[in-house]
Amino acid sequence: MTKTIAKTVLSLNLNGVVRDDVIPDNLLLVDYLREKASLTGTKIGCDGGECGACTVLIDGRPRHACLTLAATCQDSEIETIDGLSRDSRLTALQRGFNEKLGAQCGFCTPGMIMASEALLRRIPNPSETDIRDALAANICRCTGYVKIIEAVQFAAQALTEGEPAA
Amino acid sequence: MELLSELKLHHPISVEDAVSLHAAAPTGRYLAGGSDLLVNVRRGIEQPGSLVYLDNIAELQSITDAPDQITIGAGVTLRELANSALVHEHFAAVAQAAGEVAGPSHREYGTLGGNLCLDTRCVFYNQSEWWRAANNYCLKSRGDICHVAPGGKKCFAAFSGDVAPALLLFDAEVELAGPSGRRRMALAELYRNDGMDHLTLETGELLVAVHVAKPSVPVTSAYAKSRVRGSIDFPLAGVALRMAMRDGRIAELRVGLTGVSPLPFLAGKLDKFIGRAPDQACLEDLRDAIRSQAKAMKTTVTPPHYRRRVAGALTLKLAQSLAQDLVEASS
Ligand SMILES: Cc1cc2nc3c(=O)[nH]c(=O)nc-3n(C[C@H](O)[C@H](O)[C@H](O)COP(=O)(O)OP(=O)(O)OC[C@H]3O[C@@H](n4cnc5c(N)ncnc54)[C@H](O)[C@@H]3O)c2cc1C
Ligand code: SF4
Ligand code: FES
Ligand code: FES
Repeated sequence: MTKTIAKTVLSLNLNGVVRDDVIPDNLLLVDYLREKASLTGTKIGCDGGECGACTVLIDGRPRHACLTLAATCQDSEIETIDGLSRDSRLTALQRGFNEKLGAQCGFCTPGMIMASEALLRRIPNPSETDIRDALAANICRCTGYVKIIEAVQFAAQALTEGEPAA
Repeated sequence: MELLSELKLHHPISVEDAVSLHAAAPTGRYLAGGSDLLVNVRRGIEQPGSLVYLDNIAELQSITDAPDQITIGAGVTLRELANSALVHEHFAAVAQAAGEVAGPSHREYGTLGGNLCLDTRCVFYNQSEWWRAANNYCLKSRGDICHVAPGGKKCFAAFSGDVAPALLLFDAEVELAGPSGRRRMALAELYRNDGMDHLTLETGELLVAVHVAKPSVPVTSAYAKSRVRGSIDFPLAGVALRMAMRDGRIAELRVGLTGVSPLPFLAGKLDKFIGRAPDQACLEDLRDAIRSQAKAMKTTVTPPHYRRRVAGALTLKLAQSLAQDLVEASS
């Protein structure tokens, strides 16, 4: 006898593309992104909620993909690091992390950038405290954070000077 | 890819549907933000066969203002609670505590209901499957000894939610819905002093909302916690304090504690401080009184005596700053 696993037909908008998948109810969003949608930009750095490497935007708000069941994302809009650049052009934040050396090993960077993206949409010209507060759930083992803060400041400045976001 | 234990996810849109879906699979769980529950499911600590997802239930999602009370739905996120001007105005400690939970991303989706119904925590319990297996598990889950107090049969895992002690300052009430209908009780009665079974919820009972009466005169309150990393961690000890003064003397004093025992609670025996001027000697007595009631056990890597001392120190700091605010406001 074959066992039936509870499944959901999931429809969502992933980085601007609408897609439908049949998924098991116990699938975590981070595994859906990496294994089903083959978007491996989102990283897994811990066993649940500790590191922020898996941060994605769901309907514009930062959330841990490792503590989200994919089947709860019905009809949501999900944005991941993989969808930020357009036509091979990096966003201001991506350029900031590059120019200011905000990434070393790069493992925390996707989560850092997505959390920063949510911040800059809410507060286009953040203070250093705003940046520190917004990134408090994202751990970096390499940079010591100073370069990450400079990267976000670089992006904020580029954006307020009128450069297009992407 | 890591597969969770098998489960069926339900998406009710009303409280009544949620309760009956849960009743049909009583070993299941309610799922709010998942920032506590899914960590435990990932670690194999919990294996609920069914999850009843609460985010689509409109009744749980709002903060409502009435002349004499405010009602906070269980599904309100910690970010909304921390940013609510209404909550700040009447219950400052509650908004502050919500703003001190975990990190900013957790507060975007972690809810009040999940925070109040949080599982208790212990360094021997909040570990991966192989870690717990290597240590023969413990009383709270699958094992038969407690590594914290090996002789006994009691579990001391600490309730570590930040918001409960702040709500206790204001005699908050919880509204519950279960298979036999709705009921209301004091938040304090939601908890019992047992790390293995710290909630008095009946099987399948859902926390719908928290009702808090507005104090008839404005009261001053605040929350502070100590944690390993200031940016993200659970409280090693958390202190909520409410104070009023009349003619330069303490007229009202309440202290709520979290992180130091299996339940959040209001400190007792504070009557002796009423009528005293909040000078250094008085507030140091208060510090000592709280220190002796914060009976932390060895449930974190930080030693218990530190958590007792820090509960006292946080109380002293909060009391000094509230007393100063009150003196300035009256002059
Ligand atoms: C790294 C990290 C740090 C954290 N730090 C803190 C901290 O400092 N302070 C703190 O307080 N918490 C902390 N948390 C825990 C958690 O993020 C918060 O407590 C949050 O408020 C939990 O809410 P939730 O909606 O995500 O709950 P869930 O995980 O969805 O639920 C938690 C529990 O409550 C039950 N439940 C949820 N809603 C209801 C309801 N309406 N009725 C009945 N039962 C319900 C669930 O069945 C489950 O047992 C931390 C978590 C992580 C991962
Ligand atoms: S206090 Fe004892 S029984 Fe409870 S979780 Fe810790 S080790 Fe286990
Ligand atoms: S992988 Fe999600 S927080 Fe670490
Ligand atoms: S760059 Fe290596 S962890 Fe942040």
